[in-house]
Amino acid sequence: MSEVNLTINGRGVSVPADYTVLMAAKKLNVNIPTLCYLKDVNQIGACRMCLVEVKGGRGLSASCVLPVTEGMEVWTNTPLLRETRRGILELILSNHNRECTSCIRSQNCELQRLTKELGVTDSPYERAEGEGGGFAPADEKSLSIARDPGKCILCRRCVAVCHDVQGVGVIQAMGRGYNTVVGTAFDLSLADVACINCGQCIQACPVGALKTKDDTDKVWAAIGDPAKHVVFQVAPSVRFGLGEEFGVPAGGIVTRQMAEAIKLLGVDKVFDANFAADLTIMEEGTELIGRLQNGGVTPMITSCSPGWIKYCETYYPEFLPNLSSCKSPMGMMGAVIKTYYAENAGVAPEDIYSVAVMPCTAKKFEAARPEMSVGALRGVDAVITTRELARMIKEARIDFLELAGADFDELIGEGSGAGTIFGATGGVAEAALRTAADILTGQDLREIDYTAVRGVKGIKEAVIPIGDLNVRLAVVSGTGNAGKLLERIKAGEADYDFIEIMACPGGCVTGGGQPIRSSDEKYKKDFRAARATALYQDDVEHEIRKSHQNPLITKIYADYLEKPNSHRAHELLHTHYTERELYPANI
Amino acid sequence: MLTLENLNELRQKTLTRSNLDDKRQETRVVVGLATCGIAAGAQPVFETLKAETAAVQGVNVYRAGCIGACRLEPLVEVYEPGRAKVTYTRVTPEKAKEIAARHIIGKTRLDEYSEELDFTGQLRIALRNCGIIDPEDINEYIARDGYQALAKALSDMKPLEVIETIKKSGLRGRGGAGFPTGLKWQFAAQNESDQKYVCCNADEGDPGAFMDRSVLEGDPHAVLEAMAIAGYAIGSTKGFIYIRAEYPVAVKRLDIAITQAKALGLLGENIFGSGFSFDIELRLGAGAFVCGEETALMTSIEGKRGEPRPRPPFPAAQGLWRKPTILNNVETFANIAQIILNGAEWFAGIGTERSKGTKVFALGGKINNTGLIEVPMGTPLRFIIEQIGGGIPGGRAFKAAQTGGPSGGCIPAVKIDTPIEYETLLELGSMMGSGGLIVIDEDNCMVDVARFFLDFTVDESCGKCPPCRIGTKRMLELLGKITSGRGEAGDIEKLESLAALIKRSALCGLGQTAPNPVLSTLRYFRREYEEHIRDNYCAAVVCKAMICYEIDAEKCIRCNLCKRNCPSGAVTGGKDVDYVIDRDACIKCGLCVSKCRSDAIKKKNC
Amino acid sequence: MATEEKIARFREIAAAAKGTSGSLIPVMHEAQELFGCLDYEVEKLVAQEMEVPLADVYGVATFYSKFHLEAKGEYQINVCLGTACYVKGAEMILEKIEDMLKIKVGHTTSDGKFSLEATRCIGACGLAPVMTVNDEVHGQLTVDKAERIIKRYMSETGRK
Repeated sequence: MSEVNLTINGRGVSVPADYTVLMAAKKLNVNIPTLCYLKDVNQIGACRMCLVEVKGGRGLSASCVLPVTEGMEVWTNTPLLRETRRGILELILSNHNRECTSCIRSQNCELQRLTKELGVTDSPYERAEGEGGGFAPADEKSLSIARDPGKCILCRRCVAVCHDVQGVGVIQAMGRGYNTVVGTAFDLSLADVACINCGQCIQACPVGALKTKDDTDKVWAAIGDPAKHVVFQVAPSVRFGLGEEFGVPAGGIVTRQMAEAIKLLGVDKVFDANFAADLTIMEEGTELIGRLQNGGVTPMITSCSPGWIKYCETYYPEFLPNLSSCKSPMGMMGAVIKTYYAENAGVAPEDIYSVAVMPCTAKKFEAARPEMSVGALRGVDAVITTRELARMIKEARIDFLELAGADFDELIGEGSGAGTIFGATGGVAEAALRTAADILTGQDLREIDYTAVRGVKGIKEAVIPIGDLNVRLAVVSGTGNAGKLLERIKAGEADYDFIEIMACPGGCVTGGGQPIRSSDEKYKKDFRAARATALYQDDVEHEIRKSHQNPLITKIYADYLEKPNSHRAHELLHTHYTERELYPANI
Repeated sequence: MLTLENLNELRQKTLTRSNLDDKRQETRVVVGLATCGIAAGAQPVFETLKAETAAVQGVNVYRAGCIGACRLEPLVEVYEPGRAKVTYTRVTPEKAKEIAARHIIGKTRLDEYSEELDFTGQLRIALRNCGIIDPEDINEYIARDGYQALAKALSDMKPLEVIETIKKSGLRGRGGAGFPTGLKWQFAAQNESDQKYVCCNADEGDPGAFMDRSVLEGDPHAVLEAMAIAGYAIGSTKGFIYIRAEYPVAVKRLDIAITQAKALGLLGENIFGSGFSFDIELRLGAGAFVCGEETALMTSIEGKRGEPRPRPPFPAAQGLWRKPTILNNVETFANIAQIILNGAEWFAGIGTERSKGTKVFALGGKINNTGLIEVPMGTPLRFIIEQIGGGIPGGRAFKAAQTGGPSGGCIPAVKIDTPIEYETLLELGSMMGSGGLIVIDEDNCMVDVARFFLDFTVDESCGKCPPCRIGTKRMLELLGKITSGRGEAGDIEKLESLAALIKRSALCGLGQTAPNPVLSTLRYFRREYEEHIRDNYCAAVVCKAMICYEIDAEKCIRCNLCKRNCPSGAVTGGKDVDYVIDRDACIKCGLCVSKCRSDAIKKKNC
Repeated sequence: MATEEKIARFREIAAAAKGTSGSLIPVMHEAQELFGCLDYEVEKLVAQEMEVPLADVYGVATFYSKFHLEAKGEYQINVCLGTACYVKGAEMILEKIEDMLKIKVGHTTSDGKFSLEATRCIGACGLAPVMTVNDEVHGQLTVDKAERIIKRYMSETGRK
């Protein structure tokens, strides 16, 4: 790419020719304010916060969509621009539910931050009465995502993510003019449209208009209930994100502090869901080998990601037979807790309150699925996200960063390095390859870093030789990418043996329940990569890096499950899915 | 496939058959059947004339587009060999029967029904065929030199020469800001691409504007031919006409025109055997004013919500489906063929230094001769209002002329001698816009007029950017406050600062010009704003919060009509009791005034 | 046409249009024409046949004022509130019709006979003030004239 020279505020800078003025300014450490801009996702020049003056230009220009040109002279901080930005902010505030102190996004709100930083102290306008007085009511019906239209500033970042990145498109700008809202068709609840609950919209939202359905109260209630035996499981990705909620730079690993903090909440047992990830590998790996050797339905597609499962059920039901019959790791863990653990601990399963801490909002939906039940009980009684766990820790007034750390509890407490890498796109595939390779070659292979499946790219393809087999592999993250790949398969343009699909771009480390980073932070850092780097570091630091070598796994098969894909394993750890209505609502 | 020779033959044949020129041998009767005419009842007139003359040799009745004098509709024009044209106005089926019997057959003109239309000071280029030819017959267009310009461009001119000619003519966009048309074409021509598009903006959304509708209803082929010429000039094979769904007659005639042009090979593959192919598709708007903005129009053609996109990139580089695209409005296109045929110098010789050619205006509001006019650029406003428009009805005083629709402003009476050009209008705080010219008299309140336009803008804002979405709403709230008597000191300043903010920060041209009606009325009629706020006084007696209705007992004939029609039961009185209006109960709808037979009810400030 | 036939007809329309880029809006026009409105069932059908998200269909339907989600009355009265009509007192006419039909602008009478809308300029400014009833344009209105016209339609429908 050729370089272009321009000046910004009198300082020269040379940037690639495809840069926008906003990007060029960032190179000079000038953060032009934005609200609607989200790098690579939403660049529509709508919010007008990023206006700049260009010498010789007609009026002000939105720098987020303004291409650089040779010799351009740009000004980003003139009195006129400051006045303009304040004016626009005042207008936005005049139509925003300003309950900032009690807003979930307080202090992590891009609007609040700009208001403060640009010196806006009040909005001179009053909302006109008589148009419903207040704001449109919130939508709290979805198990995963709550919408609060009164806070929406119509930046459309969520629309772009839902539509363009995730290929779902259940939210869109509706109506026109002052009555425009971002919402669903016919103003249905998110629960009544084909939302896959992935929560990427929450990750995109600069304000508190989209938020996780909060389940912390339920968990607190269980903890406070002496009749309940409260058991937590924690997904691999949580430990690579939770620290950020306490000021740890992205990529910090807080596994042990996390385990201790959870115990300090008053929880009876804390288990590592990495164990269940290992269990998944045993079951899924066996299933894969079986399918490949016995001419089963291929490509076999992973079933760990509840967003992906719902996407498949709704948008690509023809691929349901391709899904692995394995429950997700969380689902397996729930089943194991209510059976194996309950028996071992001598607790009645109905007295156990099983909580999963997940990087994911879709897990809230998954936990409530009948497909995940264990007899008459739910395997997982409540799911909280990484952010909710952080809030519980803060509410309990635990000085998280000062904690020395603790181990997970025994029996089903520990996982292997293979389990930990489930958190990044490609991790499940790599973990499966490690085990499958050993099984098929009958050796304890030492080359176990399958780097071809690592990295943040949305679709990765590789052919991996394992023993006599050449496994044709695809690794996909983001349901939009999944849709593209499945279309290619349908058209006969691609064929694989095994596909790993994760609903969220980058995999679980950037799931809908992980810490929310601003547009500006995301511009500067790829949190998918930063958190994944930590995860691979964690993998290396594990002594045991293959699922089948986890002694707790050996033990559970020996004591309880017999062998992978056994009758009992099937009963507890497997399930199947059915087609889901694309337009579920009846009006 | 049609060749140039065929085209000329067809022209000659139709000229004779249709009796379109002065050498006519037979009687040609034309009925104005544009929307205005149809609304006034021209369809039964047309049918009556056809029926009455069906058996008569040498008489043919044709439909035509807008003849121009809306207030006199339905209009019938009779052309006879060797005699002057006779125009019949306000024709009813009964009159039509008489006209058929006594004039068309009996050869005696009926002076009592006819009226000579005065076109002094007008020059018809864009409207040259309107009201003359049958818009549903391509042959009539061809008879009037139709498709000759396309033939000339394809056979004698290189694309660059076409662009040079348009540039030299000085033609500027007739739809809004007046960007030089040739330059626009040149930019699009310079951008290499596998596909380019020619779009015609027929989404005439300005309230009070119907120039484009009239051209499309009266002369649709002029637009098709021009689009093909534009396609040839920029290297495009595909055109789209984006037209309001509110214009069913225009849509139908365009549809017919496209079909006929395709049938003759004037659209489609290898036109005139030149190797140049061009096709045109119609796309209907769905009721969104913002789609008149070029990027919004393209987004809408793409099948999405018609929201504007930031520029750059400009459509000439990345327009429809991100391909190089030109967009011109109907009237701009309607000039093209004439420029190609008559030359750039001819066109540049009309109008003023900076604004060339003519401009079509739709005269409406408080003016006697409502209708469609086309005048050379530079014609003084006074001439349009007083001469062509015939002044203000009821002897009321001219207060202002509103041009440019919701993006424009009001030209006050003191500026009535301003020659109409792009720049002069801009200097006055208004703009040319597409050509709606609404006359406002002393009975209209300028704050209320501003509120009317803001109400329009708020309703039609696309909602994409905060300055327009929220800012115009806040302005409207302030105007509502002022017109309802709740205005406070400082409100005018608030309006001004909001207006300035929106102007410089809104995403698209419509948002940026949305405050203009307020700014221009503030500029010339600030006193009215101040009186509303300070004195609770509306000089025009319009703003309901400041007026009341009273019955003059002297004049009242106690007919009870006001009482019977009052929707709020505010009128009391009877045979033996004076009629009075209860001010608290009165909702000031004014129905009683319109019902009163003795002019006894007055509204006044109170 | 029975609903089944309409659906079959619509499927043909959609199938023919689907390959053309930007055909969603034209197809929605057709759907509205065929079914009378763009309610949930109709929009579902559009979304399904055109293979676009329902939210996109709804987003488009609620952006353009010509599209409506509910069926309109047998007679659709549109009173023009363009500038030319407005300065000539169109609001009074609108108020009179509201009073006659006992509905507010934007609504349909309970018997489904009349819908009343205030419309943007229909381009018949030379005849201001104007209104349309279905496809018929009525110009040079006064309150009295409008009243007579509406009364005529009311008696046609046997409505008091």
